Amino acid sequence: MSVIILAEHNHGHCHPNTLHTITAAQQLAAKVDVLVVGFQCQSVADELRLIEGVNSVLLADSQCYNNQLAEPVAKLLHNHAVHYTYLLAPASTFGKNIMPRVAAMLDVHQVSDITAIKDAQTFVRPIYAGNALETVQCTDEKKVLTIRSTAFALAKQGSQQAACVTIDDVIDWQKTRFIKQTLTKLERPELGVADVVVSGGRGLQNAENFKLLEQLAGKLNAAIGASRAAVDAGFVPNDYQVGQTGKVVAPRLYFAIGISGAIQHIAGMKDSKVIVAINQDEDAAIFNYADYGLVGDLFEIVPELIKALS
Amino acid sequence: MKVLVAVKRVIDPYVRVRVAEDGSGVITKNAKMAMNPFDEIALEQAIQLKEAGIATQIIIAAIGNDNTQETLRKGLAMGADKAIHVNTNSALQPLAVAKVLHKIVSDEQPQLILLGKQSISGDNNQTGQMLAALLDWPQATFISDLAIEADIATVCREIDGGLETLSLTLPAVMTADLRLNEPRYASLPSIMKAKNKPLSVLTLEDLKLTLKDTYKVTTVSPPVARTPGVILKDVATLIDKLKHEAKVLS
Ligand SMILES: Cc1cc2nc3c(=O)[nH]c(=O)nc-3n(C[C@H](O)[C@H](O)[C@H](O)COP(=O)(O)OP(=O)(O)OC[C@H]3O[C@@H](n4cnc5c(N)ncnc54)[C@H](O)[C@@H]3O)c2cc1C
Ligand SMILES: Nc1ncnc2c1ncn2[C@@H]1O[C@H](COP(=O)(O)O)[C@@H](O)[C@H]1O
Repeated sequence: MSVIILAEHNHGHCHPNTLHTITAAQQLAAKVDVLVVGFQCQSVADELRLIEGVNSVLLADSQCYNNQLAEPVAKLLHNHAVHYTYLLAPASTFGKNIMPRVAAMLDVHQVSDITAIKDAQTFVRPIYAGNALETVQCTDEKKVLTIRSTAFALAKQGSQQAACVTIDDVIDWQKTRFIKQTLTKLERPELGVADVVVSGGRGLQNAENFKLLEQLAGKLNAAIGASRAAVDAGFVPNDYQVGQTGKVVAPRLYFAIGISGAIQHIAGMKDSKVIVAINQDEDAAIFNYADYGLVGDLFEIVPELIKALS
Repeated sequence: MKVLVAVKRVIDPYVRVRVAEDGSGVITKNAKMAMNPFDEIALEQAIQLKEAGIATQIIIAAIGNDNTQETLRKGLAMGADKAIHVNTNSALQPLAVAKVLHKIVSDEQPQLILLGKQSISGDNNQTGQMLAALLDWPQATFISDLAIEADIATVCREIDGGLETLSLTLPAVMTADLRLNEPRYASLPSIMKAKNKPLSVLTLEDLKLTLKDTYKVTTVSPPVARTPGVILKDVATLIDKLKHEAKVLS
């Protein structure tokens, strides 16, 4: 039995999601290979070769994978699936976009967003925005799985260097053309991997007021997150959204500020180690999940907090 | 251009979901049901394309039990032209749903297929991508903007790092994200009118599909609840607790 992981990366560096997926893979099989698909991304392969538990790195480096479009990447992975029992990717927008396509090509199910591996064919995953956990038995001959990063530790660097095998499949796909990517420039740690997250909701009232959260985040070396309401209202970009349909985070410390605590938001942050809520409504649902709560006006409390941390 | 929209009937997003004590699943009996919110957005997009003179006919399809027809009537009231109900009491997995939709596509020959990015019941986020694979069509997932000119669609996708713009040659499969649009409410006259719009009912046998039974949900359990915390009196106490009790601040 062996695993192939589709690596998430930005052509220069491997994304931490990939390292969490490697940890999950090690629970499934002794042989874990990682597939790096992209253009001019040798550095990603080199990073992964040093990770403990990686058997070999397969590198498909070609202009045709420059934008990691789902269609050619899925075909490539499908071409190599024959050698593996498990095909894994992180349950990020990257993995979610590509893996179901691969599963359908193989005529097998996908098990999405796995948070625990019980045995070779039994997996646990959240459903209904985390209101329930489903245990699934998948007996397909090949198993396509996406892994929730927050549920598995980060794989570490090892002492050996795995082999790097070059794959030269070129896949011609003309029906989708990449136009552009607008990536949010981050001066702060990335939301998905930060140790501390400061999230704001509709209570912040406007984009300008989010600067207050930036000051707080600065004191805590935190990433900034948001509720859907704050994103929909245009206070912050879409990739700040935490929740059922946004990012799932599990930092050491999570601040929910001016967020009511709708179940869809809770789904994305309830596995944080410590949760702090600041809300003027003492009946807000968020207080049912918070370890520590402060009831009051955030515009008074947050500046005090910033001062106290200075 | 014909547009096919897949709509699923789910427990209303604002209902508190409860897990059955015997671990068999989530209690749906008497729960308020709704069209999956992402599918409402997908359908709204189709209706806007029709209003813009780009789409000519909107077909909605749903797979589910008898009650699913209520969801389809709602879709017809919003503005779909005809509905297809694939009647089954089994809860199909995305692979099976994609295969059923694939059959419907062969019959109806739409140029564009819109789905929700995920069903808020199963949270799978698979069906659209699987359908695109079965058809070998281009896909655009998690879209927040769509423009169509001749046989080229330009989409904006919400990705983890920000936004991505792609152009696709139709026919294509797309899945809707939350910020694509704000779905309309059906007016009373349109609800009345929807009663006379065509709704055909098929069974899995009619579609001659053999579906796999290799995905079994063995148990459904409630998540571990967080122990309720405490309300603190001021910022100083909070800092003290974070430092000395939770030990998450140094
Ligand atoms: C299909 C679907 C998917 C969804 N996915 C997500 C998701 O991924 N993530 C997500 O977050 N939401 C999601 N939602 C939306 C979710 O249901 C809620 O609408 C949303 O989380 C509410 O955001 P909020 O708490 O910022 O706003 P509100 O609910 O409006 O809460 C604002 C809070 O701020 C407080 N407040 C106001 N002013 C102050 C002040 N001066 N000081 C202190 N407190 C103040 C108020 O008391 C209130 O509790 C989804 C919804 C649906 C239907
Ligand atoms: N039973 C169903 N009937 C119709 N459409 C469905 C069904 N299940 C899933 N879909 C469609 O597939 C999308 C993604 O669902 P999922 O892959 O289950 O998260 C949904 O938003 C619907 O558009």
